[in-house]
Amino acid sequence: MSGFTTYLKSIKRSFKLKNFIMYFILAFVIILFGTLNSVTGLKRSTVTLLEQMSYSMIMALSLSLVVGFLGELSLGHAGFMSLGAFLGGYMQTYLYPSLTAGAPLLSLVLSMLIGGLIAAAFGFVIGLPALRLKGDYLAIVTLAFGEIVKVIFTNVKFYALDGRLLSTTVGVLKTGRYDQKSLFIIGFIVVLLTMIFIQNFIKSKHGNAVMAIRDNEIAARAMGVNVTFYKLLVFVISAFFAGLAGVLYSNASHNINAADFDYNYSINFLVMVVLGGMGNLNGSILAAALISFLNNKLQTILTGDMAGFKNLFYALILILIVIYNNAPKLRGFRAKYNLRNLFNFVKAKLTKLFTKKQPVPDPAAEVEYGADWDKIPTKIEMDALLSTDFTPDNTYVPDKADKPKEGGKE
Amino acid sequence: MIDIITTIINGLSLGGVYALIALGYTMVYGIAKMLNFAHGDIIMVGGFSIFVFFNMIGQPLLAVAAAIIVCIVVGLLTERFAYRPLRGASPLAVLITAIGVSYLLQSLAQIIFGAAPKKMSAFSDLGMLNIGELKVKIATLITLGVATVIMIALTLFINKTKVGKAMLAVSEDRGAAQLMGINVNFVIALTFAIGSALAAVAGASYILQNPTVNVSMGSMPGIKAFTAAVIGGIGSIPGAMLGGILLGLIETICNAIPGLSDYTIAIEFALLILILLVKPTGLLGKKRREKV
Amino acid sequence: MEETDITLNDPSLPDDEKAIGNDIVLRTENLGISFGGLKAASDVNLTIYKGQLYGLIGPNGAGKTTIFNLLTGVYKPTFGRFYLCGEDLTGFSQMAINRKGVARTFQNIRLFNNMSVIKNVLVSLSHLPEYKNTFFDAVFRTPRHYKVEKAMRHRAKEILEIFGLLEERNGLASNLPYGKQRKLEIARALASNPKLLLLDEPAAGMNPQETEELMETIRFVRDKFDVTILLIEHDMKLVSGICEEITVLNFGQVLAQGQVKDVLADPEVIKAYLGG
Repeated sequence: MSGFTTYLKSIKRSFKLKNFIMYFILAFVIILFGTLNSVTGLKRSTVTLLEQMSYSMIMALSLSLVVGFLGELSLGHAGFMSLGAFLGGYMQTYLYPSLTAGAPLLSLVLSMLIGGLIAAAFGFVIGLPALRLKGDYLAIVTLAFGEIVKVIFTNVKFYALDGRLLSTTVGVLKTGRYDQKSLFIIGFIVVLLTMIFIQNFIKSKHGNAVMAIRDNEIAARAMGVNVTFYKLLVFVISAFFAGLAGVLYSNASHNINAADFDYNYSINFLVMVVLGGMGNLNGSILAAALISFLNNKLQTILTGDMAGFKNLFYALILILIVIYNNAPKLRGFRAKYNLRNLFNFVKAKLTKLFTKKQPVPDPAAEVEYGADWDKIPTKIEMDALLSTDFTPDNTYVPDKADKPKEGGKE
Repeated sequence: MIDIITTIINGLSLGGVYALIALGYTMVYGIAKMLNFAHGDIIMVGGFSIFVFFNMIGQPLLAVAAAIIVCIVVGLLTERFAYRPLRGASPLAVLITAIGVSYLLQSLAQIIFGAAPKKMSAFSDLGMLNIGELKVKIATLITLGVATVIMIALTLFINKTKVGKAMLAVSEDRGAAQLMGINVNFVIALTFAIGSALAAVAGASYILQNPTVNVSMGSMPGIKAFTAAVIGGIGSIPGAMLGGILLGLIETICNAIPGLSDYTIAIEFALLILILLVKPTGLLGKKRREKV
Repeated sequence: MEETDITLNDPSLPDDEKAIGNDIVLRTENLGISFGGLKAASDVNLTIYKGQLYGLIGPNGAGKTTIFNLLTGVYKPTFGRFYLCGEDLTGFSQMAINRKGVARTFQNIRLFNNMSVIKNVLVSLSHLPEYKNTFFDAVFRTPRHYKVEKAMRHRAKEILEIFGLLEERNGLASNLPYGKQRKLEIARALASNPKLLLLDEPAAGMNPQETEELMETIRFVRDKFDVTILLIEHDMKLVSGICEEITVLNFGQVLAQGQVKDVLADPEVIKAYLGG
């Protein structure tokens, strides 16, 4: 059994609070609300909010994988979700009666897998352009994909196998529905599993390969990284979880409308990823919870045209956070004023308060694995300044005049 | 036969609108190397400006002129405060910010004007022109004429004036242009100003064809015009015109065929994906090689 | 210092090596490429023996980096072929060429900037056959995952230690000073266990003292990692100091080839450099 003890030891050694804390929080949420639900019962509005949170969290994790780790923008994630919601939901209406009445959970799980796999197949198809295109072009392809899915579903009438029309309105489908009191518990369990899956993937040599592609695709290729495989893999995994979230969505809302899965809905998830911090899975989950909460609460407070304030808020989140994290001129500012410094400051104060001893910073502490765009070097060595392609105002210049022109221009 | 001619004239006119918007995309993309997602929303800003000024002064041409000024100001403000700080940052960051700006403009318009569409029939009702059996809206002809004049003027401006050549130089190699003493910031700001002015004109043309103004009026034409720019080859000015006209014709023809009209947008986007995959440089674009 | 120079420049050395190993690591046969009719490189014939330190020099725009790009699969050759240890690699992908045993550094440093120093090395270790560990191993955290990750980490630390980067292993690659970034690039390239290492202007932007240090490192690397090195360099001191043989390129063609001393005395070469 020594092999097993080594295994346990390795798990213990790889334990880091930062990576595991979200598992505990999610487990706590599941147990807390699960208990409350069965003991006192939860308000309908609370259950709805928790359902919304669960599928939003899965979507945020799924999008975070593409945006934060692969470094590509997907503007069509609602399209993957829509595929899961419609096709997975459609399957569920068959599975439910055909399985015995005692197995609604089985039909939910099966339809989630089917919805996820269908979306994953489309993720593979969208991953193919990603092999040739990057950045803006790829973003537009994903946007176009999302719109195509929307247009097709808004024009489709869904028939049951016996020829009965499932919904009278075009583009709307009444789907199966899991027990509305406990769906959110399933939802959060799926969030937990998604988080474990994606985090295990990212924190492995495969995750390193994906981040290497993000940081420098040319160097990644030269170092033997299988760029084709990893790009497709990321799109397939991401689409799988988006499709799975779609099935949860269809179970939560019962009546799904294709027009809801539009560009704006995709942007909603992008706001979560940006707010949570690029490449920060914990942050994505927290931001998803916060944004779902705001969406849910502001819906009743900001009615009519006042809803514009909500979008204004999201727009400001996108603009300000991205500028703060990326503006070349804010390097010094970022180094001075950031959450990590604030956290360390508070920690130092607290430690001082309780122990009267300065905390010793751990030199071997592992750095953040994500795209820490706030950690761009604050001080540029003189040599670097002279020899790399920076002009005095730190704007990037592709070619210095005295460097040899290589490649096509030679 | 008459139907076909009418469809083609409508298609050309719609294509003219797309071409005007696509020019803005393609110029900004060529010179600032960014996809200005908010460009479509500048059309909306232009639309609402026309709505406000037309109701105030009742003079369509003056209203359009005022709208052009408003759009230029908004375009320059977004460039200065949202995009310029990110010059030299990763393209992903710039793209997300542009999406944020697009959202910002839409939400501000919704807060100020409300989400309900505003009727503009007084502005766009110019009557019909009858040539024998052929009936064409005068608005359509005006759009076609204005788009043609602007495209010719812009081509001359880019190729014949000193500033235009500076723009070409910056789009070719920003670093080298800077070393040659070209004020890159000025050229990029000018590009945004021209693009925004074109968007205002496109907004006016759009209202001439669809006599309402609303908050999201710019999004779809914006994305479609981007499609047009890609079809023509992004960064290429004649390409944007060609792509715009082609897309306008495709859209009008698809809309005229009964079974197909529901799927027009899907067809246009499928075309976009296809072109990006098969020939990412578009019809008239130049190939760029990434340096190693 | 002087002594090593002399021995390394000893004309008899390559012959000795031929006698010992008789191994040709890299051979190119009329290698060339044209971009839209413009020949960026043509008829380049190189023969590099095992353990050699080989220099590729030439004026700006002579096509040196183009040759590197051809040898690493960034560009596909329009003419000619090239062989690594006798195996024809012409037309292979960049990934395949790296896995066959060619690794490189870049003229403008291309590190994985938002990743830690050790992860930069881990990336190029990860496809070696001894660290096989599938996607499912990682997701389901099988014992093999832990075993492989531990072994990889151990190896990465070894390599970093050799380059004096062990202390900084958990810092971001972009936070390293310039000289160390160059070192990390070499370390990363070596981690993939290459037979042939291509260094593209390793001394660019370094001061004389750093260059001196770099020369030591390059020699050390050749001996320690048992690797053959082909390098592009402008710094003549470095080239004459460590290279055994060189090839001079001009306008994409070979101008001169052979022992360093002979080549640098060649009037054609002097003309190309001074007369431009």
